Amino acid sequence: MSLEFSADSQQKIAALAERYPSAAASKRPVVLAALHLAQRDFGHLSDDALRAVAKILDLPYAHVFGVATFYTMFRREPGGKNTIRVCTNISCMLRGADDVLRAFERACGVERGLENSNAEFTIVEEECIAACANAPAVLCGTRYFLDVTPDQVPDLVKFLKKAPHPESEVL
Amino acid sequence: MPLADRTTKIVTLRFGNEEAKTIAGYEKTGGYQALRKALGMKPEDITAEVKASNLRGRGGAGFATGVKWGFVPPGSPEVHLVCNADESEPGTCKDRELMWWDPHLLVEGMIISAFALKAKHNYIYIRGEMMREFEVLRKAVDEAYQRGYLGKSVLGTGFECHLTVHRGAGAYICGEETALLNSLEGERGNPRLKPPFPAVKGLFGNPTIVNNVETLMNVPHIVQHGGKSFAELGPGRSGGTRIVCVSGHVERPGVYELPIGITFRDIIDDVAGGIWKGHKVKAVIPGGTSMPPLDESELDVPCEFDALMTDERIKVCEIAPGKPFDMGGGRPLRTMAGSGGIVVMDDHTDIPMAVWRIMKFYAHESCGQCTPCREGTGWLEKVSKRVAFGKGRPGDVELLASISHGIAGNSICALGEAAAWPMLGFLTKFRGDFEARIPVAQVRKSGAA
Repeated sequence: MSLEFSADSQQKIAALAERYPSAAASKRPVVLAALHLAQRDFGHLSDDALRAVAKILDLPYAHVFGVATFYTMFRREPGGKNTIRVCTNISCMLRGADDVLRAFERACGVERGLENSNAEFTIVEEECIAACANAPAVLCGTRYFLDVTPDQVPDLVKFLKKAPHPESEVL
Repeated sequence: MPLADRTTKIVTLRFGNEEAKTIAGYEKTGGYQALRKALGMKPEDITAEVKASNLRGRGGAGFATGVKWGFVPPGSPEVHLVCNADESEPGTCKDRELMWWDPHLLVEGMIISAFALKAKHNYIYIRGEMMREFEVLRKAVDEAYQRGYLGKSVLGTGFECHLTVHRGAGAYICGEETALLNSLEGERGNPRLKPPFPAVKGLFGNPTIVNNVETLMNVPHIVQHGGKSFAELGPGRSGGTRIVCVSGHVERPGVYELPIGITFRDIIDDVAGGIWKGHKVKAVIPGGTSMPPLDESELDVPCEFDALMTDERIKVCEIAPGKPFDMGGGRPLRTMAGSGGIVVMDDHTDIPMAVWRIMKFYAHESCGQCTPCREGTGWLEKVSKRVAFGKGRPGDVELLASISHGIAGNSICALGEAAAWPMLGFLTKFRGDFEARIPVAQVRKSGAA
């Protein structure tokens, strides 16, 4: 099935392509932005979504595939509406992040990892999200949850159910 | 008065000031005055001031910023300035805070620096996960265009300057400057072989200067007050102030702008309120997890670039007891100031477990391009894990040291060292913690085997 970018995405991609004049007419520098937009428009980066990116940027499919599979924020399978990124790296680990991560798994009813997503939640065991002074730190879209304790988690999950913070809104 | 409050504030001046995030609020606090002054100067004179300021890169390597700028070949037709905002070194949380509270200071610092470098098309490469900060920055850039600080002719001077916020998508390696340039060009984030260095051949093949967020945010102050006064704020060859991010087992973790020569003991006890729960300190990572740790006896060393590399109070990292690791030409490895991420571990910390978590990170983030790093970080993760979980084998401590030794110096970029150095540092200073966790070794020690 061939996929088409939304009008908004097409416009954004065209505008961005103007920002890299030294790339000598190649739209290659826009590939990350186009993949973010594809993830918003199509939910995840299926083969067809990658083909749409290749087509709009006039790039080989293999190149787009290579880039999409290098970066961890791009997902090749569907995920939940909220992607909850729980940092368990050193500063967060030292202040109890592993318990926070388990609390999220319990409250969301899904285990960490994209493959375990349900419609509402994906839980990612995240590397350092640069909020070490407020460890344990959790990120969902543009929202940071700081100094999180396991007993706060059920309420945070309730809040996200009511007010989802999808990453795809940031472009 | 607490030390943190007595320090001259350069880059954290507007922390807590919501209004200063807008261009009008920023201008009200003196914003964009330095740019006006800079536009009346000769570009070479700005570079000279930055050289005189002893400003050193705040991203990790501590390289002299003015000297780096001087590497751009004169008369280059197209030069780029790129801000590295891909902060992801574990324990480091300053750039994100800086961009969130004072986005226009970064924009102004970039325009001035671009003017000094005669750079027309410039980019901020921001980490993909920093979605909130991405929007704040993009808004600041839009405002700067509307006010004429960016565009075809900055404030009518004829200087053409463009700034684009480019969002990453989750890859620690893109904080390495040549990987970042590949990522900006729309490639996989594999680091490039150097030389040529980016200042000669960087983005799209053009001379490119890559500077950290905090580094660029110091530039307006240097232009306003002169390089000399900035240099005088710090000791020796390190000018200005330094942001440290204190995390882990302290009473008051935080992001603090401090004088550069302050000791680790003062940072922990005075600035961060001491170790939590009345515990004692065991290990301190001085500048992000890529740097070898300090133990309790080494905390009176100043948190300064040169001191951390050369102060003889810091033990030399070893590949075996009594056998120093050679960084090349007989240079010993002590540690480095890195990114300013200070991670404090108390005496209840499970060191092998903490080290496993650090190694897991590097194994996950290795781009896979160089065999020693790809395979080596994977093995460091596996072996440190089995040691941490009490399933280690005799000889595992030696094995970890030997793998680290095999990685260091044998990869295109510094990610290999970033895993090997802390491993060697922890093994040198906390060897007993690892040995005690290996079951057979314990039995042997007691003579039962």
